[in-house]
Amino acid sequence: MKKINFTPLISSLLAILAGLVIGFLILLICNTKEAVPGFLTIIMGPFTHGLEGIGDVLYYATPLILCGTSVGFAFRTGLFNIGGSGQYLMGAFGAVYVGLMCEFLGPVQWVVALIVACILGGICGGITGALKAYFNVNEVITSIMLNYISLYFVNMTIRGNAMLFNPARNESRNIKEVAEVPQLGLDKIFSGSAVNIGIIIAIVVAIIIYIILEKTVFGYELKACGFNKNASRYAGINENKSIIYSMIIAGAICGLAGGIAYLSGTGKHIEIKDVIPAEGFNGISVALLGVSNPIAIIFSGLFIAYLTAGGFYLQLFHFSKEIIDIIIAIIIYFSAFSLLVTNIISRKSKKGKE
Amino acid sequence: MGSEYAIEMKHITIKFGNLVANDDVTLQLKKGEIHALLGENGAGKSTLMSILFGLYHADKGEIYVNGVKENITDPLVANKLGIGMVHQHFKLVENFTVLENIILGCEDEKMGLLRMDKARKKITEISSKYNFDIDLDAKIENITVGMQQRTEILKMLYRDNNILIFDEPTAVLTPNEIDEFMEILKNLKAEGKSILFISHKLDEIKKVADKCTILRLGKVVNTVNCEDCTKEQLSEMMVGRKVSLKVDKKPATPGDVVLKVRNLTIAGEKGHKDKVENVSLDVRSGEIVCIAGIDGNGQSEFVKGLTGLMKVKSGKVYLCDEDITYATVRHRNMGLMSHIPEDRHRDGLVLDYSVAKNVVLQQYFDKEFSKSGFLDKNEILKYTHQIMKEYDIRSSNGEYTICRAMSGGNQQKIITGREMTKPHKLMIAVQPTRGLDVGAIEYIHKKIVELRDRGIAVLLVSFELEEVMNLADKILVMYEGQIVGKFDPKTVDLNELGLYMAGSKRMNLEVA
Ligand SMILES: Nc1ncnc2c1ncn2[C@@H]1O[C@H](COP(=O)(O)OP(=O)(O)OP(=O)(O)O)[C@@H](O)[C@H]1O
Ligand SMILES: [Mg+2]
Repeated sequence: MKKINFTPLISSLLAILAGLVIGFLILLICNTKEAVPGFLTIIMGPFTHGLEGIGDVLYYATPLILCGTSVGFAFRTGLFNIGGSGQYLMGAFGAVYVGLMCEFLGPVQWVVALIVACILGGICGGITGALKAYFNVNEVITSIMLNYISLYFVNMTIRGNAMLFNPARNESRNIKEVAEVPQLGLDKIFSGSAVNIGIIIAIVVAIIIYIILEKTVFGYELKACGFNKNASRYAGINENKSIIYSMIIAGAICGLAGGIAYLSGTGKHIEIKDVIPAEGFNGISVALLGVSNPIAIIFSGLFIAYLTAGGFYLQLFHFSKEIIDIIIAIIIYFSAFSLLVTNIISRKSKKGKE
Repeated sequence: MGSEYAIEMKHITIKFGNLVANDDVTLQLKKGEIHALLGENGAGKSTLMSILFGLYHADKGEIYVNGVKENITDPLVANKLGIGMVHQHFKLVENFTVLENIILGCEDEKMGLLRMDKARKKITEISSKYNFDIDLDAKIENITVGMQQRTEILKMLYRDNNILIFDEPTAVLTPNEIDEFMEILKNLKAEGKSILFISHKLDEIKKVADKCTILRLGKVVNTVNCEDCTKEQLSEMMVGRKVSLKVDKKPATPGDVVLKVRNLTIAGEKGHKDKVENVSLDVRSGEIVCIAGIDGNGQSEFVKGLTGLMKVKSGKVYLCDEDITYATVRHRNMGLMSHIPEDRHRDGLVLDYSVAKNVVLQQYFDKEFSKSGFLDKNEILKYTHQIMKEYDIRSSNGEYTICRAMSGGNQQKIITGREMTKPHKLMIAVQPTRGLDVGAIEYIHKKIVELRDRGIAVLLVSFELEEVMNLADKILVMYEGQIVGKFDPKTVDLNELGLYMAGSKRMNLEVA
């Protein structure tokens, strides 16, 4: 009896198609001769580099999937988590801190580091949630402000601690290999790439979030609050609690993304600069493309990562790699219209009641 | 121009999945006529009107407007053809003013700046022509439903629509407002407008409509002249059997006090007087106590105070001897209190959830419906199936149907069914039959009496005197937040009751 609704899938696919077509036009304008091979590189991109290419896609996809899941989850519960970047940065900081300061932990050091990353991200999200729940401050405003607070907090703390700070390069110190997230043989399969078990963690988290949302009592409450606050109050659901839990979880997931990214042994360091990391915002794009469905977000995250990886190879054809950013932006732009598109489609199949 | 019909819909068929919502429906609306549409909940009335207004597209059939075949692809096209619609559930922007809502979508602008003065003048003219007493600068969220409806009507008139569709306009109005609305309809007709009008209330149809088309299960049963038919005939055509709106009930045998309210006071907005003042009353098991009164006299706030949705300023509420004045909503819900709320979309349903999920809205976490934190889908579906069968809830996709895609009456039935089925000792029902067809009303009334006979205490708030007279064992009148009268329905005189409701007479009651 139960029918699956394919309209969101179709609208996301349409957005992707539109993005690729326009992307191709841009390639044509920039460099007509090499547009076709350039475009093929985007499409075939990572595959032209064999397993290493695929490994890279998985590596890029890890933070995208996690941040996307975070934003999508919050969105399903009626909240807009635009503070993913701050939470990501706090997570990164927590992980780096444990990674540098807690060598005594031995083999579980990276586990503890990721847990701390979750906790810091969660606190960051939780503050936003609590402000919304108890003082009715819009979460968009507080989470944007928290992005900056996190940024300067992290900069200040790292710079102020000689154990963390590498003054020569104005960034955090190198983390020892024992503290890195293990690759667990993935580096053997996808030799040459930086992929590690982060991707597995990301996929598992997305699946867990899916199960929470769809199958559990807890998810029922969270979503009910997101859909209709009055009805959930009527049902006896504690709305404030739901908002706070929801933001804590969203924050923890972004924190985890940050933790994994900075414990990956790819030479990523927390640089002391006044720029907010883009990952949290990328999460919004991924969530949009995946219509806030955690399972779909796994795929949209992989897809965006795939394009990003393809973008690097585009440079072989004298294109600047920013073109891929434009294409991604167009795709996101169109999927932001996905609601509109969905409506048009469903109108055509005359099911768009109210 | 030549046609005598403003609208002709011919052989309209539309399916939602397997459900045929309109099946070969033909409807003709003469110019200057009021044409009523009657049918059970889910018969397809709203769907048919949505097709005319361009919200849905028929699978088959044709529409002629003023004799010309038209393809109404969306509401903008409908608007151009002079068709306007007031929906069953209003579509106003809550934090806009009346004026802003009216001009929304056809703003008058000059160099990108909104120009309100011309619009304001035109609207003032229209509203004085029809005697609409409305404050154009009030925000929608602060005005009564009656006023919201006038806003919707003004919206149509402002757009110079000549063909007006009203989908259950009176379901949300008080008897007084209904009378005024009937006058408005007559005036509109006198102006030469052609009107399609959906209602479940046969009185109204008899009063204003010229013709009536009756739908059942998506098919046209008949189109009749309203003059030639009695109310009984109409309802029989609609439901397919005889309906009796008179409830048979034995005399009540009240038992212990279940709900005891003492000196309850609920504050109004800042700077306003209290909404509920010093109300004391008892409701015993096995009796139906009705609160009668004109909408807006504190009934909503009183109920919200009892159900925990609004803060109490002072006073006490006891349920089965337990002080629940400050208890959580959840505590009240658990086996004690059932509540059919006034506003089904705002409070009663999560519209984006399926029927099944809505049916367990207060019980989803209960042992019966969940196992170690996971929802027990099978149990929930079984329970839903049972309620849907018992209350004849119709939808296109069974238990999985998203409530938003259901007819208004069927949405109401979900709430009523849910609240009546879940364990409780006290039933607080506000307008439980709002928007239901006569057959369904008959059934719900029977159920309420059944609850009473099972020993449940029932507190009913209704703006419809007929319902009050039919069901009540005791009538209390609420006026300006106070209980001003207490009556026995067997002996009360309706005129007398009216005087109390209007505040011109009052009794001094310690405890009602
Ligand atoms: N968008 C939709 N998708 C699926 N089914 C729908 C949709 N809209 C309506 N239906 C179904 O079509 C049938 C007719 O609905 P409609 O709203 O026209 O009823 P109605 O006659 O207006 O009833 P009511 O008096 O309760 O308002 C119902 O069974 C309803 O569940
Ligand atoms: Mg309807």
